Amino acid sequence: MPKITYKDYQGTSKTIEVESGLSVMEGAIQKEIPGIDADCGGSMACATCHVYVNDKWIDKIPKAEEAEIDMIDMAFEPKKNSRLSCQIIVNEELDGLEVMTPAKQT
Amino acid sequence: MKKTDVIIIGAGPVGLFAVHQLGIKGLKAVVIDNLNKAGGQCIELYPDKPIYDIPAVPECTGEQLTSRLLEQIKPFKTEIFLNERVDEVYQEKENWVVKTNNKKEFIAPNIMIAGGVGSFEPRKISLKEAEKLEGKSVFYSVKNKENFKNKKIAIFGGGDSALDWALELSKFSKITLIHRRNEFRGAQHTLSELKKLKKEGKVLIKTPCQIESLDNTKELKSITIKFDDGKIEKIQTDVILGFFGLIMKLGPIAKWGLNMYKKTIEVNPENFETNKKGIFAAGDICSYPGKLRLILSGFHEVALASVECFKRARPNEKYRFEFTTSSKTIKDRLGKK
Repeated sequence: MPKITYKDYQGTSKTIEVESGLSVMEGAIQKEIPGIDADCGGSMACATCHVYVNDKWIDKIPKAEEAEIDMIDMAFEPKKNSRLSCQIIVNEELDGLEVMTPAKQT
Repeated sequence: MKKTDVIIIGAGPVGLFAVHQLGIKGLKAVVIDNLNKAGGQCIELYPDKPIYDIPAVPECTGEQLTSRLLEQIKPFKTEIFLNERVDEVYQEKENWVVKTNNKKEFIAPNIMIAGGVGSFEPRKISLKEAEKLEGKSVFYSVKNKENFKNKKIAIFGGGDSALDWALELSKFSKITLIHRRNEFRGAQHTLSELKKLKKEGKVLIKTPCQIESLDNTKELKSITIKFDDGKIEKIQTDVILGFFGLIMKLGPIAKWGLNMYKKTIEVNPENFETNKKGIFAAGDICSYPGKLRLILSGFHEVALASVECFKRARPNEKYRFEFTTSSKTIKDRLGKK
């Protein structure tokens, strides 16, 4: 199963296995990884599953749709490598993916 | 203090359908919502996005769903109190008392919390100085545009609100529009109008950049913004207007003594009652084994909860299950012959 690493803003990291087909957000919620709220449950209607994708990985993930980019405008401190983790679907190729959670989501 | 049978907190689709389910059972309700219009997330987050999983409605937008629900509950003439956030809930004998931030008071044997993920509040600038100046020179909405006349205004954001206010306030103030990326999202005519004003020098546009600091904590004189390439710029500013969208905050609900799981309220899935007798929760805000955050699940939840509400509101009457197709009483309540 692909392993995903979630690093918080203080540098503490947790690596978990996330089933292919689930989103990076769902993986985090199932294993209760702090720092990802996902208030809307993955409907791209909030920006509380916002993560920064490690630079090494950013180009390996399918590009964000317009609606996701618009929603990232609403996130807390968005950066160039910002994504909504509900829109990153895990597959074998993303084994080893590292994302950073922001200092807060709201 | 207004007395009723059920106080519904939240005017989203689930709160609105609760009015229907209570209404056909002959119960009176009031609805309270923090937003300025009914519809909840449907109206605030995706008014134009199609929804495909409402039974027997192959496709409708958040706005259409809301207006149809409002139409469906019209016969019950239920009062909806908008721009009111419920702050306090306490027990008074067999009843619950609800107080809002504007000091409105309600009393009823039942409360139905259909609060979604909490109340919508504007996302704010996370700098300490911005917090200190909020309401003085930092704002997240325009209540009275007279207060924004002849000022140097920095508007942050790239969506409809930011653009609309940039255009409107540019009529009598100096506007700098600041956004974290180069693209703006708005209606076509708004975008072309903005282009025109930019050309005429009436609106300055700074992208892609974000706020770095506010340069005076007592009285705002200027702000510093930082471009993506690291360049820094100081901008003379009297007033900051931030339009970073809305976030959902659970808010006061967390303090009412209800059993919570993460940001949701635990309920008994037989009647959607919380650990407090007479307080129910339905829709996105409730949790029970197998809970799905679907609008249709919320509809089911309020239908069941309304039965328990009836028993508490009419302890001396027997509850009789009836179909809308055949019950004369229900047809009367709906104003149908």
